[in-house]
Amino acid sequence: MLIDFFLKLKSHKLPVSIKEYLTLLEAMGKGLIGPSVDEFYYLSRIALVKDEANFDKFDRAFSEFWQGVETIPGIEAQVPLEWLLKQVELTLSEEEKKQIQALGGWDKLMETLKQRLEEQKGRHQGGSKWIGTGGTSPFGAYGYNPEGIRIGQDKGRNRSAVKVWDQREYQNLDDSVELGTRNIKVALRRLRRFARDGAPEEFDLDTTINQTARKAYLDIHMRPERHNTVKVLMLMDIGGTMDDHVKLAEELFSAAKTEFKHLEFFYFHNCLYDFVWKDNRRRHAERTRTWDLLHKYGHDYKVIFVGDATMSPYEILQPGGSIEYFNEEPGAVWVKRVAEVYSKCVWLNPEPEEIWGYRQSIQVMKELMNGRMYPTTLAGLERAMRVLSK
Amino acid sequence: MRFSGSADYVSTEDLTLAVNAAITLQRPLLVKGEPGTGKTMLAVQVAKALGVPLLEWHIKSTTKAQQGLYEYDAVSRLRDSQLGDQRVHDIHNYIVKGMLWQAFSRDEPCVLLIDEVDKADIEFPNDLLRELDRMEFYVYETRELVQAKQRPIVFITSNNEKELPDAFLRRCFFHYIRFPDKETMEKIVAVHFPKLKKALLREAMEVFFEVREVPGLKKKPSTSELLDWLKLLLAEDISPEALRSNDRKTIIPPLHGALLKNEQDVHLFERLVFMTRAKGG
Ligand SMILES: Nc1ncnc2c1ncn2[C@@H]1O[C@H](COP(=O)(O)OP(=O)(O)OP(=O)(O)O)[C@@H](O)[C@H]1O
Ligand SMILES: [Mg+2]
Repeated sequence: MLIDFFLKLKSHKLPVSIKEYLTLLEAMGKGLIGPSVDEFYYLSRIALVKDEANFDKFDRAFSEFWQGVETIPGIEAQVPLEWLLKQVELTLSEEEKKQIQALGGWDKLMETLKQRLEEQKGRHQGGSKWIGTGGTSPFGAYGYNPEGIRIGQDKGRNRSAVKVWDQREYQNLDDSVELGTRNIKVALRRLRRFARDGAPEEFDLDTTINQTARKAYLDIHMRPERHNTVKVLMLMDIGGTMDDHVKLAEELFSAAKTEFKHLEFFYFHNCLYDFVWKDNRRRHAERTRTWDLLHKYGHDYKVIFVGDATMSPYEILQPGGSIEYFNEEPGAVWVKRVAEVYSKCVWLNPEPEEIWGYRQSIQVMKELMNGRMYPTTLAGLERAMRVLSK
Repeated sequence: MRFSGSADYVSTEDLTLAVNAAITLQRPLLVKGEPGTGKTMLAVQVAKALGVPLLEWHIKSTTKAQQGLYEYDAVSRLRDSQLGDQRVHDIHNYIVKGMLWQAFSRDEPCVLLIDEVDKADIEFPNDLLRELDRMEFYVYETRELVQAKQRPIVFITSNNEKELPDAFLRRCFFHYIRFPDKETMEKIVAVHFPKLKKALLREAMEVFFEVREVPGLKKKPSTSELLDWLKLLLAEDISPEALRSNDRKTIIPPLHGALLKNEQDVHLFERLVFMTRAKGG
């Protein structure tokens, strides 16, 4: 039944692996926790979830799984290990089986696990209440009683009415809501990898000396420079419905900041015009001329726009189209300028791609960007990063 | 070996469990959390509580995984060869042991802290997979295999500046130190200031948690800032009442440097103090 828990986590899109699951089994086998759901909650989280952004997802899955669970009436069931392992095997998907093959095969894996459990039994007689024949096992209990014997806990222990996992304390750490944490991470990883590509070579002193000492003649060695070379300029739409998306994008890129040689953020509102600013609270006082931007940041910068490009087309195409002040030149001219100066330039649009076709302003903007507008989905980001790194 | 908290460190139930999981299953424990929430201190205190030595490896942006194993000092060797030093013939003289090697060669268990792993290059954790998994590595220069005599208890901290590779994460236990709630924070303060007056503590905590609530702070004050600030309050002999005082001057100076490290934040906070005073006074 523990495998059901594991599968529940998977169905909630938590990136849990068999390896981690086996670690959890092992940990339970070592008697680290008593028969308490609270402790099981912590232990399973420690072993299975490696990113606090996923804690909330985990809490929800956990809550769903242990719905209404309080105690096990009479924890007596005895569960043979073989049976347990069989259960694990039965519920594996094809993909997981393949994964296991890659890890050295099911038998080998189980052999190791079994061995560990045997050792465990030998050393801690009756210590563990979780796995094996000596004690009791929540999954065993569950397996023997499908209508739901649950894990018990110390009845005497004081506990608050609301369970830890039901408090949803990690909700605000879950940034997967809009952009998808895992997704954008993968994409950023890609961006980082590109950050390394094509770096010039540098003199490798150690190898040179080593080889020179060995060969008795000067043998110079070079290696790729380690420094990141990618410079990124982010221009973001702020001050409207996009604020959350923009902030998220900003945070995500900030998280990768150290991977870039330079990372600069500037804001605009709705469309790019002749001014941008860095601090939204002082947007009227401290503005940067877009011309200066173009001059200051070399054409080797990669430019990423973030915005929904949703406005009246007039705001893009007409002088004075800005809703905030009279712009001499239409926004379209400015966007085009940027796209021309920076050959590596993309637009990330948090609006779902399906609706782009229905919004004229999005169409216009996409055209100005030479089609390089991508949704903030994994696929979209990957496409954007690929374009940026070409 | 089992960790059950220490007199100098307040460990929550889940953290204690995480530490014991790492000790028992001999797997690294990755600890994340806001700055100043005691990530580094944890390893120090666990080592102390278990009575085992602590080896600290502090990671910088230029640190390479290899440096944790060993470094081959080619420059010294070149110099020695110029000077005709006999040492030059034995390569062992130029192999400098790194933290991991030092930890592996101990006869008794020890705690190994790899602090701020996220500072290094993204390849860094990947380069240590096998070493942390098998607790062994190969020294090419001398053709020897170094194996841990005792698997060290490994703590790895991260401030989330970079994400860590999945393969690395799968090999670790993970604990996220949540920012302490009031109750836990009071315990932490008590560890550092056992004689702190209740009234002052109450007022200080109130201000502290209010400050943290201020929306838009660039850097929320954390445990270490609270402790620094309390130290200042005590040194300046600030009274509990003064924390609510109508006189701004009595509040701002000790706060200025200790609680908020950023000018914009100070400004924001001043506004808050002003509002609180208006409300309370
Ligand atoms: N649980 C705790 N018990 C006792 N002291 C604590 C606790 N948490 C934090 N502190 C105190 O707070 C200060 C900061 O702790 P520490 O340096 O370990 O934080 P950190 O998480 O490593 O921070 P950083 O991310 O900046 O490296 C230390 O002086 C420590 O004594
Ligand atoms: Mg630290």
